[in-house]
Amino acid sequence: MLSLISIELYKIFKKWRTYIGFIAIGLLAPLIHLSFYLAGERSATFAFRNLSDSFIFAGNLLNGYFISNLILQSLFVHIPFLVVLVGGDLLAGEATGGTYRMLVTRPVSRFEIITAKFIAAVIYTALLILWLAIMSLGLGLLIFGSGPLVAFKTKIIIFAANDVLWRFMAAYAFAILSMTVVITLAFLFSSLVENAIGPIVSTMAVIIIFFIISVIDIDFFNTIRPYLFTNHIAGWSYFFEDPVDYSKVLKDAGVLAIHIAVFYGAALYIFSKKDILS
Amino acid sequence: MNSEQVIEVKGLTKQFKDVKAVNNLDLNVFKGDVFGFLGPNGAGKSTTIRMLLSLIKPTSGSIKIFGMPLEKKRRDILRKIGAIVEKPDFYLYLSAYKNLELLGKISETDTSRNRIMEMLELVGLEKRYNSKVKTFSHGMKQRLGLAQALLHDPDLIILDEPTTGLDPQGMKEIRDLILHLSREKGKTVFLSSHILSEVEIIATRMIIINKGTARVEGTVNGLLNSGILKVTVRVEDPARTLSLLNASRWADSLESHANSDLFFNLKKEEIPALNKFLVESNVPVNALIPMRSLEDYFLAITEGKE
Repeated sequence: MLSLISIELYKIFKKWRTYIGFIAIGLLAPLIHLSFYLAGERSATFAFRNLSDSFIFAGNLLNGYFISNLILQSLFVHIPFLVVLVGGDLLAGEATGGTYRMLVTRPVSRFEIITAKFIAAVIYTALLILWLAIMSLGLGLLIFGSGPLVAFKTKIIIFAANDVLWRFMAAYAFAILSMTVVITLAFLFSSLVENAIGPIVSTMAVIIIFFIISVIDIDFFNTIRPYLFTNHIAGWSYFFEDPVDYSKVLKDAGVLAIHIAVFYGAALYIFSKKDILS
Repeated sequence: MNSEQVIEVKGLTKQFKDVKAVNNLDLNVFKGDVFGFLGPNGAGKSTTIRMLLSLIKPTSGSIKIFGMPLEKKRRDILRKIGAIVEKPDFYLYLSAYKNLELLGKISETDTSRNRIMEMLELVGLEKRYNSKVKTFSHGMKQRLGLAQALLHDPDLIILDEPTTGLDPQGMKEIRDLILHLSREKGKTVFLSSHILSEVEIIATRMIIINKGTARVEGTVNGLLNSGILKVTVRVEDPARTLSLLNASRWADSLESHANSDLFFNLKKEEIPALNKFLVESNVPVNALIPMRSLEDYFLAITEGKE
């Protein structure tokens, strides 16, 4: 199985599309850093303009933590669109290329093929989030240094500098779980068809529709909202509350894990029963 | 079951919605056979090959390979099979070498540089080992397909149209390689091909299927020499011979004539009798050539004339 996973990873990282997500993050995050760096004090005044009347600020508030949190919030909603590029291609790409035949006629089970691809997809997702962490948090701390984190949610919370790093680590770990749901959904769609475009577009469509349902305040939508994975993928933000509500974290993580299991199970079932005609 | 039997298919059927692609097919392949698998387009050849390789699940029937049921011993069986299914497709963004290395690793076989280069040399691609497959012609992919099929030294080699896209020299090389694998290495080769002359040259046994059903199965010699043969008789004096024949029971068998050649449709056992008649009639016979190409036989079978 380890050999199969390494082969799948090798194939993933030999494809150009794999790097689109890394390039996008690699460009956007430094660009945000650069804009804050060039704006200097003006950006800090702008960011905290609503608070300056009530609070007296001391110390380095425009620090790596603050900007990383900002990047995480603004980019996170777009990362699903990057991971589906790889997830949608994992199985359908083999069908399009005709390489299903080469794979399935080897002495490995279909379960092993699917599972190796799934694990490779999870590793890719984790690496993409790790890259986001490096480009936002790593670069932010390098350029702006550390300091207390001012977090805005339903209220303003200021975390001491020594209380922030673990929150970011936990948030990124949760983000991996969230994006794993997305890539597993693309993987499921990928098992159904023989062209990668379909799964990519379908997954994007599902995410957009679910996001829309999540924000429209209608009774019916309110009823189904708790069951939509998009309602739980931002669970990482609970780590920037004080105290952290672990029951909410666990609930969101549980819902996401169930989605992953169902999507993976369905992909496995479909692939196991599939006649390879490509 | 015969211990030397490599493939034993019984009652194999595959139904795709409204279409029965393979219908109650039986076939038997023995160790060392170069087994020709013939049929017109849409006869069910590819579907059968895909079922033999577990790409497609049969609707009913049984497949035993190396005496083991495919459904239960899939992994053990596939370990001993090398195959090209229809056109050979590879990871186009990887080199020929890397493709073989990855496929070899999945097969848990020797993927040392020596072994991979040996296979590439065997199919004449050693100089392009580092080229990405997307730069390969169809013929080169076909050769690489053969290399991947042989990489893990399988006992049974299933080849679906292995010479498609090759030039005449390449076709001959592949033919020679198949014969070498069969005769020198004792491999069993299951060969599906549209090039009937190729099958006629290299196959020892064959089956012709049509509309998903086996029409005939047996040795190539046995099948080609059964039924009605086209026999060419070359004589010194065709005019006199024709008048003799027209007055005899052989007139019905005589199909046509051209120059000194007379063409008969005869059963194999009638040939000595015709020869005897001509000799006893003092007709000098220069040659008596029973001929039936596989193409003639194939068309006769698939068009339902035999």
